[in-house]
This record gives sequence, C-alpha cells and structure tokens, in this order.
Amino acid sequence: MMDAPLLPLFILLTSLLAAPILFALPERAAKLRTAINLGMAALKVALVGSLSLKVSQGVIYDLRFEVLPGLEFKLQADPLAILFIALSAVLWLITTVYSVGYLEHGPHRARFFGFFSLCVAATVGIALSGNLFTFLLFYELLTLATYPLVIHRGTAEALRAGRIYLIYTLAGGLVLLLGTLGLWVLAGTTDFVPGGILADMAAENRLAAQLLFVVLIGALGVKAALLPFHRWLPIAMVAPAPVSALLHAVAVVKAGAFGIMRVVYEVFGIETAQALGVTAPLAALAGVTIIYGSLKAITQDDIKKRLAYSTVSQVSYITLGVALASPIAAVGALAHLIHQGLMKITMFMAAGNLAEGLGVKRVSQMDGVGRAMPGTMLAFTLAALGMIGLPPLAGFVSKWYLAQGGLEAGQAWVIALLLGSSLLNAIYFLPMLHRAWFRDAAPEGAGAPGRPRIGWMLAAPPVTTAVLVLVAGGFANAPFSPLEWTRFIVAIEYQE
Amino acid sequence: MTPDLIYGLTGIAVFGIGLVGALCAQDRLRRVLALKLCSVGAGFLLVVGAWREPPATTDPVPHALVITGIVVMVSATAVALALIRRLQTLETTDEH
Amino acid sequence: MSIEISPMILAVFVPLFGAIAAFVLTRVAALIGLATLVLTTGAVIWLARDVLAAGAIVLPLGGWGAPLGIDLRADGLSVAMLALTSAVGFLVSIAALDSLKGADQVRQRQYFWPLWLLLLTGMNGVYLSTDIFNLYVMIEVIALAAVGLTVQSGSRAALQAGLEYMYASILGALLFLMGVGFVYLQLGRLDFAGLSGAAPTGALVAALALIFVGLALKTALFPLHFWLPAAHANATAPASALLSGLVVKAALYIVLRLAQYMPFPSENLLTLVGLMGAGAVIWGGVQALRAERLKLLVAWSTVAQIGLIFVAFARAGELGLTESWKAAALLILAHGIAKAAMFLAAGRIKDEIGHDVIRDLDRTPIRPTLAQFTFALAAISLIGLPPSLGFIGKWALMEGAMAAGYWHWVAVTMVGTLMSVAYFSRVFAGFLRFDRVRAPLGEHQGWALADAAPLTLALMAIGLGLLAAPLLSFLEIGYPFGVAP
Repeated sequence: MMDAPLLPLFILLTSLLAAPILFALPERAAKLRTAINLGMAALKVALVGSLSLKVSQGVIYDLRFEVLPGLEFKLQADPLAILFIALSAVLWLITTVYSVGYLEHGPHRARFFGFFSLCVAATVGIALSGNLFTFLLFYELLTLATYPLVIHRGTAEALRAGRIYLIYTLAGGLVLLLGTLGLWVLAGTTDFVPGGILADMAAENRLAAQLLFVVLIGALGVKAALLPFHRWLPIAMVAPAPVSALLHAVAVVKAGAFGIMRVVYEVFGIETAQALGVTAPLAALAGVTIIYGSLKAITQDDIKKRLAYSTVSQVSYITLGVALASPIAAVGALAHLIHQGLMKITMFMAAGNLAEGLGVKRVSQMDGVGRAMPGTMLAFTLAALGMIGLPPLAGFVSKWYLAQGGLEAGQAWVIALLLGSSLLNAIYFLPMLHRAWFRDAAPEGAGAPGRPRIGWMLAAPPVTTAVLVLVAGGFANAPFSPLEWTRFIVAIEYQE
Repeated sequence: MTPDLIYGLTGIAVFGIGLVGALCAQDRLRRVLALKLCSVGAGFLLVVGAWREPPATTDPVPHALVITGIVVMVSATAVALALIRRLQTLETTDEH
Repeated sequence: MSIEISPMILAVFVPLFGAIAAFVLTRVAALIGLATLVLTTGAVIWLARDVLAAGAIVLPLGGWGAPLGIDLRADGLSVAMLALTSAVGFLVSIAALDSLKGADQVRQRQYFWPLWLLLLTGMNGVYLSTDIFNLYVMIEVIALAAVGLTVQSGSRAALQAGLEYMYASILGALLFLMGVGFVYLQLGRLDFAGLSGAAPTGALVAALALIFVGLALKTALFPLHFWLPAAHANATAPASALLSGLVVKAALYIVLRLAQYMPFPSENLLTLVGLMGAGAVIWGGVQALRAERLKLLVAWSTVAQIGLIFVAFARAGELGLTESWKAAALLILAHGIAKAAMFLAAGRIKDEIGHDVIRDLDRTPIRPTLAQFTFALAAISLIGLPPSLGFIGKWALMEGAMAAGYWHWVAVTMVGTLMSVAYFSRVFAGFLRFDRVRAPLGEHQGWALADAAPLTLALMAIGLGLLAAPLLSFLEIGYPFGVAP
C-alpha cells in the first residue's frame, strides 16, 4: 500500500524527476529515452487512476510546507484538480507516443523530451495547487518549460514567435504575481476554498476587489487567449505538431482557463463575484472572443493557424460557462475543458500527420487527402464534427449544457451566441472535410496518390483520441465519465 | 576662531582639494597623489580631534586610527603605483 | 593562561594564515587554498551551530572588550553572510582549479590563491566586526585583494579597469574614514553599541552621509557605479564571480548594519537611497540591453541588481526598516549565489566557444549545453521567477511596499524584472538559434567537470527559494533590528 498522503506528490514527481534524467541522456540513447518517457507516462496514468478513485471515495489530500512566514506551498487533490490531471495524464501518454514517432530522426531530442516532461509537471502542479501562490509557481514554470518547445526548430521565425510568446506569457505572469501579492496583502491568505475567501473583504472594499478581479483574470486571460491577449497563440504555431497539440489541448491555454475557474469559484466565490458585478463583463468578453476567434479562423489558409484561432474561440466557451454563474453552465464549462482537449489534440495530431506524410500544410492543399490517409482524416472528421457540436459527439454535450445554463441564468443571448458560433465552426471546418473526402487530389499536388510514409506511432494517437471523443459524448452519463465528474465538482463549488 | 577649529577646517579643505583632484585629474599619477591628499586631510582632522586642553592628556585612540590609516594608505599607494607602472610598460610595448 | 579557540577567530585567521602560506609556497598554493576553504567552511558551520543554539555571540579579542578593544560578534545575519561567502567561495575555488590550469597561466595561478584568501579574510572580518574603524581596515583589505584579482589576467583592459577600480575604492574608503573620524569626534565611540541611540545631530548626519557615499562607491550604487562594469567584465571568470557575487556585498552589509544601529535620520534620505536604487535598476537594464559582450551584460546586470537591493531597503520607508532589511538580505544572498553561477557559466561558454560576443553566439556549432543551462538557471533567479531565492526576495520586497502603500517601488521592481527578461533573452536567443550554423552541430559538448561548480550554485539559487522560511528565521537570530542588543 502506497503512502497515501504523498500520492499527489508522487504524481508530480513522475514527470518532474523524469526531466533531469531525460536532459542527461545522450542524444543517441533513443530507446532508453522512449522507455523512460512511456514508462513514466504510464505510471502517471495509473497513479492518477488510483488517486481519482480515492478522491471519489472522499479521501482528502493536503500537503503543505511554509515558504515564507504564513505563505505555504500547498498541494491538494480535490475533484476539480482530478479533472485536470486526468486529462493531462491521459493526453500526455498519447502525445508522448506521438512525439516519439514525430521526432524520430530530429535533432535535440534530449532537450525536447526534457522540457516536454517539465511542461507536463507544471501542468500537474497547476492542477494540484492548493493556493494561488503555488499556482503562480507552476504557472511560471509552465512558461519557462514551453518556451524552448515553441522555438524547438531554432530558426529565425521560431525565435521571433518564441519572443512574442515569452513577452505575452511572462508579462501575464508578472501581472499574476502582482495579483497574488495583492490578494495576499488584502486577504492574508491565497488559499483556494470552495465558496471563496474574499466575501468579507469585497463587502468592505468593493473597488479594490473589483480591481483585483480584473488583474487576476487579465493575467490568466493571457494564457487562456482571451481577447485582446490572444495574439501569441496563432504565432506560436511554428512549434512542432506535438507541442502545438499539447499547448492547445492541455498545457498552456487550459492552464489559463483552469486558473480562471479557480479564481472565480475558489478565490472570489461565485456569489461574491456576482455581487461585485464582474461576471457579466467577463461573459461578454468571452462571447466576443468566441465570435472573433471563429471569424478569424475562416480567413486562415494555414491549417494550424485555422486550428489555433479555433482554439481561441473554443477555450472561451469555458470562460463563458464559468462567468454565466449558473451551475448547469458550469457543468458545460468543466466538461468542455476535457472535451475541447480531446477534440483539439486529435486535430493537431492529424494536421501533423498531413504535414509529415503528405507535406500538406494549407487548407487549399487538402484535396483528396482523405483517400491518402483515411485513418487520420477519419479522426480529424470526428473531432471537427464534435467541435461543430454534432450529437452525440463530445462537443455537443458541452454546448448543450452551456445553452441550458444560459437559459437558467436568464441570458438568452447565449443560445444565439452558441448557434452563431456553431455555424461559424461549420463554415471553417466543413470545407476542409469537403476537400479531404469529396475532391480529387491534384495530379502533381502534394496529396498525390501513393502510400503515405507515417509509422503507427503517428497514426494511432489521433485515432485513439477520436475514439475518446466519441466515448465521452456517447457515454456522457456513465459513471466516471467527464460529465459525471463535473457534476460532482459543480455540487462542491456551488455548495449544494 | 579657536586653533582646533582652524586646524579642523584646514583638514577638511585638504580633503576637499584631494577629492576634486581625484575626480577631475586626467593623469594617473596625479590622481594617486590627490587621493594621498585626501588621506592626509582625514588624518589631520582626526589628530586635531584628539587634542585636548593642556591639563588633560590627548586622546590616544585617534592617533592609533591615524597610524593604521597611514599603513593602509601606504599599501594602497604601492598597489596603485605598481599598476600604473605595469600599464605603462604594456602601453610602450604596444606602441613599438 | 588558556586561549579559547573560537570559530569566529578561526574564520578570520585561518584565511589570513592561508593567504600567507599560499604566497610563500607557490607550488602547493591551490592545495593550501582548498584546505583553507574547507577549514573556514568548517568554522562557519561550527559558528552557525553555536548561534542556532545560543543566539548572538560576542567575543572580546584579547580580553579587552568594547569600547577600547576589538569585539567580534556573530548573529543570524552575519553568519548568513559568512555562509554565503564560504559556500560561494568554495565552489568558485573548485571552478578556479579548472579554469586556471593552462600552461600559460602560471602567474595567474600563483597570485590567485593568496589574493583570494586575503579577500576572504577581509570579508569574514567585515561580517564579524563590531566597530566602524575595524570595518574601515577590513574594507581596505578587501579593496587591495579585489583590485589584485581584477588585474589578474594581466591584459591591458583589465589593468585599466583595475586602476579605475583602485581609485574608486581608495576614494570610497577615504570618505568612509572621514565619516568615521567625524563620528568619533561627535560621540567619542566607534563601537556599534556606542553608536546606537545617538541623537541625529546635523554633524552626525553629515558623518553618516560621508560613510554612506563611501560605501555606495564601493558597492557601485548608481550613479557611483562607473568603475564596476569594466572591472567585472575584464577579470578572469573565477575572479569576476568572486567580485560580483561576494565583494560588493561587503559594503552592502555594512549599510544594513549601520542602519540597524543608527536608523536613517529621515524619510527623505531613505527615499533618495531608493531612488538611486531605481536609477541603477533602469540604467543597468538599459546598458545590459546594449552590451555587446556576454560578460559585460552580466556585469551591468549586477549594477541593476545592486540597485534593486537598495530599493528593497527603502521599500516601506523609515517605519518599515525593521522588516525591509530582511527583503534586502534575501536579495543579497540570492544575487551572491546566482551571479557567481552566472559569471562562472559565462566564463565556461567563452572558453568553449572562444569568444563572448552576444551577436555571434548562434554562429558557432559548439554548444556548451550544460554551461548554457546553468546560465539560464542563474538568470531565472536573477529575473526573479519562482521558485528561486531571487523570486522570494522580490516577493518580500513588493509585499512590504504594497502593504505600506509605496506603489512606486512595486512599479520599479516590475520594470526591472521586465528589463532583465529582455536582456537575458538576448543571450538565450543566441543559445537556441541553430539556422545560422554552417558546420555540423556538436551538441552536448562541454559536459566537463568544470560545469559542476556553477551548476551547483545555480541549483542552490533556485532551490533555496523553497527554504526561505527557515532562512528568514535564521536571519532574525539575535538581531532585533533597530534595538540595541
């Protein structure tokens, strides 16, 4: 029997300790590196499984030690944390397989996998953070660990993108530091507590509390790619495909969205936030971002850029669900955290396969690729239809709950917004599907017939995640489905 | 004006002259000498401060300080002069 | 008559005798140097244990006692500074063994060890002194040894920089001496205990101002920093690490100490000090952005960081001084460790690549990976990203400033942080760009043992951040700031 209180720490260490080992391995020790990577990732899935079982049985994990007088480094495994770690653990395993296949002969593999592990460790840390101070530590670690991944190719273009990425995220981190300090000075604690910690303070000093909200959400909004801080995300597309996949599905944008959840639910508390009158503007901002991202996506010819703008739009669903301040919308938001991750990672891995196997990087080159790579394109199609919100796929479930929540909160415009956004999703995804399946490949084009040369390590991961998209949607009401788990969380956050 | 005030002001003035020289002089050697003046001024001031009206004996502590200060300054000057000489040697070899 | 051996006496006299021995026995100088450092570190650990057990310890040398004799005193802050000096000094010494092993470096080897041990004597003396004249003697010892280390490479640029340093240093010391003289004429005492509680008359304030200007010159506080960049950039790598990591801290420590016994006479003066610090943060940042060579960039970052420490000192005004010194002390420790690591790493990079021109770092196929990694880790602490000690220091700085409502110091810190990100990113871009390399890449080169010392230092700078709580409580031992012991 494993020492139970340390379980969250072990989960963190699986990827944190893997990093220095991976850095130290010589470039040519590919087999050993793969073994360590996959071994650690699999171990983590197992540990997360056992942790979620324990947490669902009501075991509370709380690990803390003092960094400065009164200020603690605190790890806690609550259901919300489990939701996010489970996503990162499963997708890390799948992405690791994909990365091994993708980078088989590329340079700097030791560096890549080292930072890749650090990036996952930071994500796990973000999930497990028991207070905003600890969250900040891992949030910055995430920035530092992803920067070398973004500029992995080492070209002038990659470095330019990396610089923009660094400017946005580090500035965001600095503002988050300011917000955390402000919270610490104002409230004397930074703990995440369901129902929030600022109720008294907000009643006393409304303006300061509102300002704090703006600072914190603004800082987190940079990573969550909220308008107007979204510009880095499409530029960061120069990164290798597995990195983009991870950035969009789990690590960076989700860290921002997850942080927004923590701040709204457990720092301010949904009632306090509503009383401060800050949720409505946030919902409006999320709505604008949803539409703006979709509109921009339509005009992109580069596949990865189109997907990136789609992420800008889709991640704001999560923020919208949080800001609507209705339990049902919250279920939709939390479920979308998982569902969007599954769908977007599928699409990025599929896009990577198109680029690797066929050299297809633009939408206009996609004619006939469905016949050349049926498995990959089938996965892509499933994910795209899910994004549009076709039942019974995962995206439908989250959109349904968001719409219901909008009604419950008396915000009927949300329905119109969701319908409009789905329409826009269809406008930018369906032509891709149409080209892939119903057009013939240009005779001398990149998609010319002939078996594509991609190994199973590239082919299998998107198919796997596509199946998960189907399962998460089709079996949404089964026990331990993401949806069921989110209901469990929402009951806690709304203290029902 | 009492004698000790005159002496004291003189000490400060000497220090000030040295300070100006140390900051403004161009020549390396002149700057070393200016710093020497500063140290003389400081020492002067301490010696004046040690002086007492005749029935009382002079305060020995400042004297001890001045002696230590002189020793320190001698070594500092030596190092500075050594540096200047070495630098001049390097510069002359560079020119030829 | 029995002579009781005290770790405080060992901490000062072991390096002194080591320096003499290393000067005489040139053949085994390195061995003597390492042995001395081991012994000194042992003495510091012994002292730390005593202080932990018994609180502040006072030792009258030769049994005379204050005000006439010389007292040595150790409390949390002084032992922390001693520990910083020993730990950084020991690791730099190990790095020096490797970086000075060349056949053309016989003279450098010969002079490095005695000078460095003399420097150690002076610094340990500063941290244990209890009277301001003793401090004067010690900072002169430090200055002479430090100038020697600056010119150690013997190049013309180093000699010129060393001479400038010498002028600044002597002038600083003389201003300090002048201030000491005035203090004695006012109070008739030179020991800390005699100074505490003195009424801040105009003459005393003038004396303190002289002392402060002298110290500012020695620690290179803007605008008296002019000598530092050239001196630190042109010295050999181990010497730069010692100069930037340790030497400037001695004068900073004296400022903290004097503020403990003689609280700053007015709020405006403290604000002025903070403004000088802010000037350093900005000007150092601008110059680091413009620097063309790696070591020069690192040296300018020292100017900025010293400024930040003074901002920490002034962060919450006069009333906050009883807490602010802790933020300053944390930043001193953080900078000492991280900057030593960074200079050593920069030296390694220069050795491996053959130059340190920032613009051309990406043209070389040789990538000393471990040294670059060390450089990045040190930069994380200097920028102040979590969980490094530098982050904790900045947190403490901004927390106090915010609580006191001094938002301008928060703003200065933020601007400084952003600038440090900007100037260090210039270097990272050089490390990580690969499309300008013509030859096949030789990655993973330079995994030499020589990287062990800087890497250890950099990891310390990162990891100690998580141990800040015990560190702080150690600093507070026997140190009721503002209250005479």
